[in-house]
Amino acid sequence: MSTVPSIEPRAPARRDFLGRLGKGLGILAAVEVLAVVVAYLAPSKGGAGRGAGLVVAGPVGEFTPASVRPFPAGKFYLVRLADGGFLALSSKCTHLGCTVPWNQKEQVFPCPCHASTFDQRGDVLAPPATRALDLFPVVIQGGIVKVDTSRRIERARFEPAQVTYL
Amino acid sequence: MPAAALPLQRTFGLGGAAAVLFLVLAVTGALLLVTYEPSPERAFVRNAHHWAANGLVLVTILHLLRVFYRGGHLPPRKGNWFVGVALLLLVVACAFTGYLLPWDQLAYWAVTISTGMLEYVPVVGATMLRAVRGGPDIGPATLARFFVLHVAILPIALLLLLAFHFWLVRKVGGVILPADVGDPAAPRGPLVLTSPDLTQREGAAAMVVFAAVMLLAAVWNAPLLAQANPGMSPNPAKAPWYFMGVQELLVHLHPAFGAVAVPLLALGLLVALPAIGGGERPSGRWFGSPRGARLALAAAALAAVVTVAAVVANEPLRRARPWFPGLTPAVREGIIPLAVAVILVAVVAWASRRRGGTRIEVVQAAFTFVAASFVVLTVVGVFFRGQGMALVMP
Repeated sequence: MSTVPSIEPRAPARRDFLGRLGKGLGILAAVEVLAVVVAYLAPSKGGAGRGAGLVVAGPVGEFTPASVRPFPAGKFYLVRLADGGFLALSSKCTHLGCTVPWNQKEQVFPCPCHASTFDQRGDVLAPPATRALDLFPVVIQGGIVKVDTSRRIERARFEPAQVTYL
Repeated sequence: MPAAALPLQRTFGLGGAAAVLFLVLAVTGALLLVTYEPSPERAFVRNAHHWAANGLVLVTILHLLRVFYRGGHLPPRKGNWFVGVALLLLVVACAFTGYLLPWDQLAYWAVTISTGMLEYVPVVGATMLRAVRGGPDIGPATLARFFVLHVAILPIALLLLLAFHFWLVRKVGGVILPADVGDPAAPRGPLVLTSPDLTQREGAAAMVVFAAVMLLAAVWNAPLLAQANPGMSPNPAKAPWYFMGVQELLVHLHPAFGAVAVPLLALGLLVALPAIGGGERPSGRWFGSPRGARLALAAAALAAVVTVAAVVANEPLRRARPWFPGLTPAVREGIIPLAVAVILVAVVAWASRRRGGTRIEVVQAAFTFVAASFVVLTVVGVFFRGQGMALVMP
């Protein structure tokens, strides 16, 4: 007859402590290296949303009601609705970012990449896009229309409050 | 090595062809690195790089299908199937990062669309998009990122994994052979010397592949459109052919499904194939058996009919008023079509089972249905989409 020797839990020895310390420091070092790499690769913050800033579109009288004028440099369309209100629509499709052209004949913005279609107010007429074209704020000062391309406004659909009047 | 492993129809030399194309890409890529400035005199090397890259994507896909339809994804070759799927992803990543480098209209917009898909990843999408582009839009930071991935990180990863892939093939005793090639005394049939019997054949096949690339490069110039113009998308703006299936899906489905859910499900299916198809020893014959071949063919034919019908039917539907205005787009253009697709796959599996298919053959038919649908979508996207992505005759 022999008894199984009981296994006593051993108090952590100095070697265990040093081993854990080593592992802990190793993990810390790895995290630090990773943080440096991530910080190095992270996109620079400055200039990101700043864009071209304020674009002077022109005097109010230049834009006839129910018209669409492209501003390729500012990447937007200045729309004057039939009731005389102004909307600055971003030309970037809200689906995957292609630039939408203006089709004067059919009065729509048809995306050439995945066939999303938007109306004059930027509302979605045909999917796959799920939300209306983004807006830029329109300011009318002394009869001059200005568009602030540094502030992109995302929206689900068109609402009358988005229109700027004289 | 077994003489039975030698005939061309055993593998069609697709793995070897992929390896040759990789070498051509490494050499032409190194040459291009020395002169990364577009000029007409250097067009031949660029053409060779372009055609070899397209060939590599095509051959890798064909190789995957060949391995699958001979049961090479099942144990004991299961581990190597996963390595192969990883290699496919690396090949596509290499092709995709290389796509931006010409910095023409095609490059700019194809990469705008493809990276834009990241935005629909839940929670971390916007961060991932900025990280990949190095900013809100495609710009110099994107070019720098794609350049280092394309010329250093991805090729090194590809080379290491390729070596592992070859080693695993060697370790398992070479390509899969039908059970009836041998007899109890010599289970793998008569043996021959690897050199010269195999090496000469591989050498000849390599020369054929190389000659094909050189011929293509001499006859057809790689496309180079006008310089990238962020203000104007070409009409239609099409992705490279191997992404056109996904682009076609994006026309029909809610972006979160077309861009994220469906591609992830497809990748999950590829990875899951060894697990769901298992339980039996693969026969090593094409499609498992003549019945397996019939079932796969029927599934492919059904997929072609269903997919074409769905694409054509959706063309007027998606421009019409939504049928159930109460449903959100994610349900109407995401969950419902996906559920219908899953039910169709289940029906194919059930019908194959009813016709006496073994487990391997049932999974094979279901996979064939999915793969054939994707091929049809790719063909529609490449040949039947014109201005404004409208359906047109080629």
